[in-house]
Amino acid sequence: MKRIYLDYAATTPVDKRVAKEMEPYFAVEFGNTMSLHSFGQTAKIALENSRQVLADMINADLNEIIFTGSATESNNLALKGVALANKNKGNHIIISSIEHPCIMESAKWLEKQGFKVTRLPVDKYGMVNPEDVKKAITDKTILVSVIHASNEIGTIQPIAEIGKICREAKVYFHTDASQSFGKEKIDVEKMNIDLLTASSHKIYGPKGAGLLYAKKGIILEPVLHGGGQENGLRGSTVNVPAIVGFAKAGEICQKEMAKESKRLSKLRNKLIKEVLKIKSSHLNGHPKNRLANNVNFSFDFVEGESLLMQLDMDGIACSTGSACSSFKLEPSHVLLATGLRPEQAHGSLRVSLGRFTTEKEINQLIKVLPKIVQKIRAISPYGK
Amino acid sequence: MANKTKKTIINTCSSLYTPKVLETFKNPHNYGKIKNPSGVGKVGNIVCGDVMWLYIKIAENKKGEEVIKDIKFETFGCVAAISTSSIITDLVKGKTISDALKVTKDNVIESLGGLPKVKYHCSVLAVDALVEAVYDYYLNQGRDFPKGLLERHKIIKKDKETIEKRYENWKE
Repeated sequence: MKRIYLDYAATTPVDKRVAKEMEPYFAVEFGNTMSLHSFGQTAKIALENSRQVLADMINADLNEIIFTGSATESNNLALKGVALANKNKGNHIIISSIEHPCIMESAKWLEKQGFKVTRLPVDKYGMVNPEDVKKAITDKTILVSVIHASNEIGTIQPIAEIGKICREAKVYFHTDASQSFGKEKIDVEKMNIDLLTASSHKIYGPKGAGLLYAKKGIILEPVLHGGGQENGLRGSTVNVPAIVGFAKAGEICQKEMAKESKRLSKLRNKLIKEVLKIKSSHLNGHPKNRLANNVNFSFDFVEGESLLMQLDMDGIACSTGSACSSFKLEPSHVLLATGLRPEQAHGSLRVSLGRFTTEKEINQLIKVLPKIVQKIRAISPYGK
Repeated sequence: MANKTKKTIINTCSSLYTPKVLETFKNPHNYGKIKNPSGVGKVGNIVCGDVMWLYIKIAENKKGEEVIKDIKFETFGCVAAISTSSIITDLVKGKTISDALKVTKDNVIESLGGLPKVKYHCSVLAVDALVEAVYDYYLNQGRDFPKGLLERHKIIKKDKETIEKRYENWKE
């Protein structure tokens, strides 16, 4: 059975062109970027070239990019780094209620250190109202962090507007762009972004590389203290092959963005149209302002883990916000924040498309999904 | 030493579940309703994601003992919940009531070749559903409960209230 991967929001395969670019940096140009000899300097040049490519993608300066090991690390550095370095200015942080767990947990940790955290509500589509940001800012606020595009429901936030409000209030604005970087146009200048997180493995680059853009002049406290790498902001020997891959992956995404976005939107719209024909099915997230590759459905009286596993048995890999599939046995906080009842969140299915998704694969999902939903409902005491 | 190392075979669907769990989930036995059941056990809560309804039909065997002649389930829940529902029906079908009540959560887990720890509560749910169905049968008959049944019913009822209170937090 040919397997169909529709979980690109979880991770992506490394593009062959990316793997090829990385190859020399494992065993030939393996030097440590901190070494002064030729081995080290070759690695250092590769590192700085990569930095330039990625900086250009978001209209940032070379010196404003800090490489990390993951988007989680970047988000930790953004929240903890800004908070700890700026506590003389205030102790208040604002985040949305639909952030990735690494933001939610970092904020929770900061609360334990004495910071105050405001969690902004979202509407039924998962949108943050910029007016709510404005109202939440106090003279103690030092940072606002709002996810650019939701990893679960794909909703894209009015980042430029929120950024403008923060800029006017002289509050730092961070956005987690893990899901949108390489897929949506990002200009940190035009969008008033002070800090931005991006990830390599979501854009056909390798795992183990992320970045944090921090606008010139922003003071950060490092999370990893070490040997001075990344301007002293992230101690650790630099993972050159992964970063070279990250940059190549970014370059490809940038070049193919317009065409790929159009292609995926078309497939996504077809999938939404066909799947919503299933009785008692709903679309989660914004109907228009959403990532070209994200679809999230809820099926009443269907439990998500069962749905996921039935699909897997048919060779199709997706994701769910059901409590049963999470190690904490709690339903998705993102879906609950949009006003879904827990039982609706249990019945959610996230389908995320990508570079290697074909129309044939989408047609296969459209074909098997109604049968699977019907089978699960036949076993359930509800929904008959 | 090296040749003694066992090769771990990871199931292609999920290393979380045993092949027996997945097979049972894929082809569950005895699902559906029983018309005019002798008793029905309803456990779980849709808010937390697991609901199990167990229907039993009681009849007398040749020795004049009461046995579970037929049993069916309806379950809303995860892979583990559906698998434990199916297994409990296999384990008690044809058994006398007193033997059926001796089935434990460990019997359920063993019959499935194991369950992930985080899913143990599904095996408890299956046993509870059976207890509740038998309790319902005695209640319908207006007869005295067998030893220990009322106590087990009370514990299940109390646990249900505790869980429901906990899941209220999700709605905040």
